[in-house]
Amino acid sequence: MIGGLFIYNHKGEVLISRVYRDDIGRNAVDAFRVNVIHARQQVRSPVTNIARTSFFHVKRSNIWLAAVTKQNVNAAMVFEFLYKMCDVMTAYFGKISEENIKNNFVLIYELLDEILDFGYPQNSETGALKTFITQQGIKGQSQTKEEQSQITSQVTGQIGWRREGIKYRRNELFLDVLESVNLLMSPQGQVLSAHVSGRVVMKSYLSGMPECKFGMNDKIVIDKQGKGGTTEDTGKSDLGGGSSGKQSIAIDDCTFHQCVRLSKFDSERSISFIPPDGEYELMRYRTTKDIILPFRVIPLVREVGRTKLEVKVVIKSNFKPSLLAQKIEVRIPTPLNTSGVQVICMKGKAKYKASENAIVWKIKRMAGMKESQISAEIELLPTNDKKKWARPPISMNFEVPFAPSGLKVRYLKVFESKLNYSDHDVIKWVRYIGRSGIYETRC
Amino acid sequence: MTDSKYFTTTKKGEIFELKAELNSDKKEKKKEAVKKVIASMTVGKDVSALFPDVVNCMQTDNLELKKLVYLYLMNYAKSQPDMAIMAVNTFVKDCEDLNPLIRALAVRTMGCIRVDKITEYLCEPLRKCLKDEDPYVRKTAAVCVAKLHDINAQLVEDQGFLDTLKDLISDSNPMVVANAVAALSEIAESHPNSNLLDLNPQTINKLLTALNECTEWGQIFILDCLANYSPRDDRESQSICERVTPRLSHANSAVVLSAVKVLMKFMEMLPKDLDYYGTLLKKLAPPLVTLLSAEPELQYVALRNINLIVQRRPEILKHEMKVFFVKYNDPIYVKLEKLDIMIRLASQANIAQVLAELKEYATEVDVDFVRKAVRAIGRCAIKVEQSAERCVSTLLDLIQTKVNYVVQEAIVVIKDIFRKYPNKYESVIATLCEHLESLDEPEARAAMIWIVGEYAERIDNADELLESFLEGFHDESTQVQLQLLTAIVKLFLKKPTETQELVQQVLSLATQDSDNPDLRDRGYIYWRLLSTDPVAAKEVVLAEKPLISEETDLIEPTLLEELICHIGTLASVYHKPPSAFVEGSRGVQHKRLTSSAGSGESVESPDTGSAAVSEAPPTVIPSQGDLLGDLLNLDLTPPTSTGPPPTTAPGMQLGAMDLLGGGLDSLIGDESEPPPIPLRTDTPQSPQPPHQSPSPPHYSPTEVAPGNHTGSLGGDIGGSPAMGTGFGAPPAAMPASFNAPISGGLDDLFDLGGGGGLTMGTYIPPKSVWLPAMKAKGLEISGTFVRRSGVIQMEMTLNNKAMSVMSDFAIQFNRNSFGLAPAGPLQILTPISPNQSIEAALPLSTVGPVMKMEPLNNLQVAVKNNIDVFYFSCQYPISMLFLEDGKMERQVFLATWKDIPNENESQFQIKDCHLNSDAASNKLQGSNIFTIAKRTVEGQDMLYQSMKLTNGIWVLAELRVQAGNPNYTISLKCRAPEVSQCVFQNYETVLKN
Repeated sequence: MIGGLFIYNHKGEVLISRVYRDDIGRNAVDAFRVNVIHARQQVRSPVTNIARTSFFHVKRSNIWLAAVTKQNVNAAMVFEFLYKMCDVMTAYFGKISEENIKNNFVLIYELLDEILDFGYPQNSETGALKTFITQQGIKGQSQTKEEQSQITSQVTGQIGWRREGIKYRRNELFLDVLESVNLLMSPQGQVLSAHVSGRVVMKSYLSGMPECKFGMNDKIVIDKQGKGGTTEDTGKSDLGGGSSGKQSIAIDDCTFHQCVRLSKFDSERSISFIPPDGEYELMRYRTTKDIILPFRVIPLVREVGRTKLEVKVVIKSNFKPSLLAQKIEVRIPTPLNTSGVQVICMKGKAKYKASENAIVWKIKRMAGMKESQISAEIELLPTNDKKKWARPPISMNFEVPFAPSGLKVRYLKVFESKLNYSDHDVIKWVRYIGRSGIYETRC
Repeated sequence: MTDSKYFTTTKKGEIFELKAELNSDKKEKKKEAVKKVIASMTVGKDVSALFPDVVNCMQTDNLELKKLVYLYLMNYAKSQPDMAIMAVNTFVKDCEDLNPLIRALAVRTMGCIRVDKITEYLCEPLRKCLKDEDPYVRKTAAVCVAKLHDINAQLVEDQGFLDTLKDLISDSNPMVVANAVAALSEIAESHPNSNLLDLNPQTINKLLTALNECTEWGQIFILDCLANYSPRDDRESQSICERVTPRLSHANSAVVLSAVKVLMKFMEMLPKDLDYYGTLLKKLAPPLVTLLSAEPELQYVALRNINLIVQRRPEILKHEMKVFFVKYNDPIYVKLEKLDIMIRLASQANIAQVLAELKEYATEVDVDFVRKAVRAIGRCAIKVEQSAERCVSTLLDLIQTKVNYVVQEAIVVIKDIFRKYPNKYESVIATLCEHLESLDEPEARAAMIWIVGEYAERIDNADELLESFLEGFHDESTQVQLQLLTAIVKLFLKKPTETQELVQQVLSLATQDSDNPDLRDRGYIYWRLLSTDPVAAKEVVLAEKPLISEETDLIEPTLLEELICHIGTLASVYHKPPSAFVEGSRGVQHKRLTSSAGSGESVESPDTGSAAVSEAPPTVIPSQGDLLGDLLNLDLTPPTSTGPPPTTAPGMQLGAMDLLGGGLDSLIGDESEPPPIPLRTDTPQSPQPPHQSPSPPHYSPTEVAPGNHTGSLGGDIGGSPAMGTGFGAPPAAMPASFNAPISGGLDDLFDLGGGGGLTMGTYIPPKSVWLPAMKAKGLEISGTFVRRSGVIQMEMTLNNKAMSVMSDFAIQFNRNSFGLAPAGPLQILTPISPNQSIEAALPLSTVGPVMKMEPLNNLQVAVKNNIDVFYFSCQYPISMLFLEDGKMERQVFLATWKDIPNENESQFQIKDCHLNSDAASNKLQGSNIFTIAKRTVEGQDMLYQSMKLTNGIWVLAELRVQAGNPNYTISLKCRAPEVSQCVFQNYETVLKN
């Protein structure tokens, strides 16, 4: 199991050092500093073995987190724990920065004592932790016996992510379907690989211990219902608008927050859960079939002699004309020996950024089924370098108000038997956002 | 509230000030001071001087202050054990507190303080906490048992905590169950044979129930524990799999990977024709692909594991090639791993896509990545024959880029393509030759030289090209030198008229001006071959080469099986067994997959039987060919008087190994059974990795060069200009002490009869034929080895099956692992007439020159008589080398056992041995294997034994004998683990005879 956990700033100074196991000595702290942080190289493996000690490291802005062990630990678990640790710290004091860590070091030690015991991760849900570890010092002195046992049963219980007795005057929930669409296209316009990785993020402000059921246009469920002929769920509580697009989508794979009953999903493919309070990620999914690619990039690069390049890039939007894409940015890489660039674009603004070796073309808004073009002349300095320019792909960023995978939320039902509110009283909001992930076209 | 101010105090006299503040009456001030202390502690300052003052703050109602003091205690208690006692009272009191959070805190902290005196006081509170009404306290106490076990294992056993811990597996609270499982698993690891976890269908059922309810981390503990269970039959296996599969949809990648581990393991039990088996395979792919959208560090872990899974069950991901395409912004470690998997998944169906990708990668920035991509193109060519042509043209395109390292890498892989598809792509040679000058890496140079030599007849100016390399011959690295030597000899054999001068030049460079034994040996062999029989030389040097295999870089199957059992863990990331990087006793047990019995799946996992069977090297006598090189080696280098013990110096694997391992295999073709040479050896003639031995000899010159060639070769030795002394010279003078008991062969015969009583119990292997008559012009030698009152003897029967009288016998040994050498001349006084046989005993000493042999106990011998010189090799039982004073003191044994690192331990099974432990002990004693202690645990006898080798190496053994079970388990520990295999074989032969 994890033998120790260290947090360093970018200079390699220790901000937090907590040792859990006897086999980890103080010299491990220095070994990591010298061999990894001070090496100042590109990290060539996230697991580094120094003198039979393994270091798992993760970097968040300028901060290094390193878990240390001398045993054959579950490596995936260690990384998951480090990410979780980051989440917990962010939930407590915001951004992970040197200042914030120094300001909260007592709190961090407290958290580390609680969520990692002898190197074994314990309950690390902020919802539960916040009931007894707070920034204003620990609660505990003034608690009644009932409160105490409520805390402990929650920390160790089946529903570790939610505490009892939550009350809201207005029961409300927000569902965000956030998708990032990834594309790799050949210069000829052939799709080399494309997939959507999506997340359903839920913000819930619900009283009591509500039982929720979530439904979407999952092909497997729809097909099953089509056969069975039951239409009970459809229509009435449809939140997605269901106006257009595909009836159902094929989901390659999905993973769920630990609140979702996985065995029920496995057997019935229904998604039921008691949600944590506030914001959390309900599920992640991945699709590869019938993806709507919001933009198409058509590059044309011509080398004119040894000192000049001509680049022409056309982008076409491929969605309903009534929808608007936002924050569009096209990044056209230029060779290292570029000396000057002239750009002409029909729409938006384009600039050559020498420090990034790229022409960056920005368009604020663009409606569907439109087309725009940029052309540029790149002057090159003559070099002796034999190696040809690697021609990195042209990448794109954008945001569109629909889900490129075609996913639609069909319903989210809330049941709370003990309190007197019903599914109809809950105000529900759904939003779809499609963003570019790695959206690249080779040129 | 900002705590950062605590980090800034760097004044002098700080400690003094802190002391004052700690003793302040004001609570707030105290707390501030403790915070400052903790901050100093974090940055590495020594604040242990404040120990008493900090401990004084412990008695407080303020939980925050208490936690800070505890933190301090955990860090410094060990350095101030006496002072730490001051804290005991508070701990004990806190363990009784009304607030469960405080009870848990106290027991948690106490477990972290590794001071004996505190530990004593821990037992009672811990016992109470394990049965506490509050689950939070119980789950903390469960982990505390593991802590205590780490400090004092005996105490945990004596106090019966293990049983309480086992009871917690049935606890009503899922987190308590999970922590109990984690604690038990950890404790069980340090007691490999205790049935601590006691996994049976009932407990498994409990664990599977808890799996649905506990936290993500708890699920990981439980899944990792489940993976250690062996289901009784395929039905149980299936039902567990069914209950584990829902975990594949968990958001936590570690839960997913641990579930994959359980499924991969239990799948072995399922019959392949079962519908469920197919369903399961289909269910595994999507979650594995999903892991690739996790954060890069986790992707890396996932990819390393997928690499293993793909090797074990390629069918799972065969349609998912595209997800392994490299993204431009992937971190380099993700890119390299993806590339590896892409090659593994490459097949005829997807090769076009793969090649297009690889070509793209070859133009990227990172040098390592580009090299690997180029290499990958070559591997595709070798793997998918249909794509070879396209691969070659892609490689040629890449060579045109003239990027130095791309060109070099391409040439290295093209050489492999030539070997795989001979006489197909030689048209590109001209293009390759254009780049001769730009090659500066040894591997690329060697590859290019090989190509020039191999196709010398098609390259007009081959001699000029090779000559240009010759100028800086001594500055080249060994592999280039060896390659150059071979290439020029090839050239000479192909175009003898114009290149005579060149070949003489290279031969003299290699033999006279070089210090490198590999090079010299190879040089001499060529020289002699060329001077004695050019026809034979041609047959040998230009022989057909064995084909190279398609699959490359595969992990060795037994290791792969073990790693599959470690999916998700560090072992799977390093691709090494845990014993290779974990110290201490943990993780030493080798896990293996168990397949379903009798369902015809044994082909799937061939080594599930026992390690011993598969690991035992074939005890064939190496064919004469091996000797050739070694014996030639014999006289060329001055013998070292007493070499260091061979097994402790890995550097001792000298030239001969190299030559025999693979050096000659491409020079000397083998018509009989060419073993496929893994592509890993990147130049065609580079040696096989030594760990692959014992491999069957790669060639047998008796077939290549018929008997009389061997003979004339041997006969020529004396006359060769480079040879120092021939075989005629008598070996080293006999030590005086040996003179008395050994007068001659005949006397020794009597000795054999008379001395029977002395050697009672000693196992003497029966004589076996070492040198058959047909290989030695009628001389047949059979023999065995005996150790008698401390003297090692080689007993031989020499049988003359020829028509003429034999006389003038002499004997000599090649250097060997333990420095065995004749202690005197071979005493055969009378000539042996036809059809007469004669007994001879040769006393041996162990002070001869040392060289590591493979197998370790191999001995290569040359015998000369009036007719010729003959070579053979034999293996001596290692017990010949066990000294009579090999009995270790008990304490020393214990200390040594602990002292030897665990990776030096090896386990073997001895099957079908029907002795009880005492009989076995007696029998072994006869061979100087001494039993030091015997312990009986649960009907199992454990014998602890020691033996000492002539070169001072101690071997410690633990022999486990279960009454009624004919299979013994033996663990051997030795500082030189190489001897273990030999020792085990010896055990087996002694016990079974």
